[in-house]
Amino acid sequence: MNTDITRASAASLADLLARGEVSSTEVVQAHLDRIGAVDGDVHAFLHVDGEGALAAAADVDRRRAAGEDLHVLAGVPIAVKDVMATKGMPTTCGSRILQGWVPPYDATLVTKLREAGLPILGKTNMDEFAMGSSTEHSAYGPTHNPWDLDRIPGGSGGGSSAAVAAYEAPLAIGTDTGGSIRQPGAVTGTVGVKPTYGGVSRYGLVALASSLDQAGPVTRTVLDAALLHSVIGGHDPMDSTSIDAPVPPVVEAARRADVKGLKVGVIKELGGEGYQAGVRARFDEAVALLEGAGAEVVEVSAPSFDYALAAYYLILPSEASSNLAKFDAMRYGLRVLPEGVSDPSAEQVMAATRDAGFGDEVKRRIILGTYALSSGYYDAYYGQAQKVRRLIANDFAKAFEQVDVLVSPTSPTTAFKLGDKLQDPMSMYLQDVATIPANLAGVPGMSLPSGLADEDGLPTGIQVLAPATKDERLYGVGAALEAMLLEKWGGPLLAKAPELGVKGA
Amino acid sequence: MSALSRDDVAHLAGLARIDLSDAELDRMVGELGVILESVAKVQEVAADDIEPMSHPLPITNVTRPDEVRPSLGAEVALAMAPAQEQERFSVPRILAED
Repeated sequence: MNTDITRASAASLADLLARGEVSSTEVVQAHLDRIGAVDGDVHAFLHVDGEGALAAAADVDRRRAAGEDLHVLAGVPIAVKDVMATKGMPTTCGSRILQGWVPPYDATLVTKLREAGLPILGKTNMDEFAMGSSTEHSAYGPTHNPWDLDRIPGGSGGGSSAAVAAYEAPLAIGTDTGGSIRQPGAVTGTVGVKPTYGGVSRYGLVALASSLDQAGPVTRTVLDAALLHSVIGGHDPMDSTSIDAPVPPVVEAARRADVKGLKVGVIKELGGEGYQAGVRARFDEAVALLEGAGAEVVEVSAPSFDYALAAYYLILPSEASSNLAKFDAMRYGLRVLPEGVSDPSAEQVMAATRDAGFGDEVKRRIILGTYALSSGYYDAYYGQAQKVRRLIANDFAKAFEQVDVLVSPTSPTTAFKLGDKLQDPMSMYLQDVATIPANLAGVPGMSLPSGLADEDGLPTGIQVLAPATKDERLYGVGAALEAMLLEKWGGPLLAKAPELGVKGA
Repeated sequence: MSALSRDDVAHLAGLARIDLSDAELDRMVGELGVILESVAKVQEVAADDIEPMSHPLPITNVTRPDEVRPSLGAEVALAMAPAQEQERFSVPRILAED
């Protein structure tokens, strides 16, 4: 089998499959082989379902042979973040408290993947309950960045970004509550999209912060992200916050890839102090390319963004402390009996289980949220954070009166070393400073590679933001910029990543 | 804003039903102090007349027709339970002995 099959984009795999030049079984097997060869070092996967993926592939091959009308991505394999419920496949959310839990149902997004005929390769690693920016808070050990195995792949969806960057999967699903799709994309040289809040169903997405969570595509190209977006997007009666409207024309926008006459706003508050020089340099060059392609670039101020991180780290823990109350050791998940207590009460069992089952970061945020919501402090913390959230949404609204899209660097730094920020939660939180405002306001955002930082040779990302439900604008800008950057680099950025050592070859 | 004391954190952990060890409590007091100091920045914003925002989209109540539809059977619903008895979740005692 051609080894290049794992290097191909999802769009070109779809073409090869449609023309019968390759079978889905061959494509899935090639990716399973790649996982077997490199995932010992990368650790992108918590669970690999070779049997299930091959069965789904064989089914697609059989239907294609029978002349059935198939979805364009039918037969193209995908990896799914371990926060999405998958029937018959473990779903742990990177937590000990859900070790071995096999959901009795599929998330709507997973149902859509299965219906479109995308074989699911397995479940990807993540920070526990999506709390973190490095995957180091996974109870099952961190994922390693394929660009440098001693560095973080971003988080919380570092498993998905690393799987795609290491050619273990052409497509992956991520979830983004404060940047967990976009920041991993930036630090691994891949593409990640957080759709408009409500654009993709949250049914079966184990909730971190319900008013912020949104699932989306993790890919190597903008067009692939658009193709995947159109599979998973759309209204779902099972999610009361799902937008009842068709999926925005994302694939068309990605194919058009045009920015002529488009107004692009550079966000003044995101990109100055605290941003690594190489991140800023690649961002400035990318903006210049857009300008060269006919976009009109202006600076836009969003003064309330300076308070976004603070508001987010009150709103998120508050919602999380409430959402995670369901892990009570009664109906599913871990149950631990307290030591030295004969005939313990339900309450004692609950407290012992939550101590044993949750990791440090989850405990920190639950306690912080409990505090922010507690009587006497509610107004000063959670209430005030909600008001700041309104101001941030107002800043977006004002900005989008002047421009069509906003841009900023995705992450203030390139990938840092594993362990570097574990003892300092605040410095970890700062990784999300540029991505958080979009979640607070519910607007869509994309990160795509902008180059390599001069100082460390590691990938940098540029973020594009659009008004709510105008997701197609991300793809138009992203695809145009991607094409110009590819021409400049002479190929995809990932081609510059070091080859991973291959086991058992 | 006064900083959180060790007793405050122990109380909050009790409310959140997390049985923190002494070592965890010691560590968490300092970490939470740093985080709280930072997020207290929201209090610098003059926002008295600003309407709080709990959700990114205008939310309307969503209902569905009141019709029976398939749901999980007892066996499937109980399959992942830590303990079960007579087609029910089996849980530790709920009331105190006295």
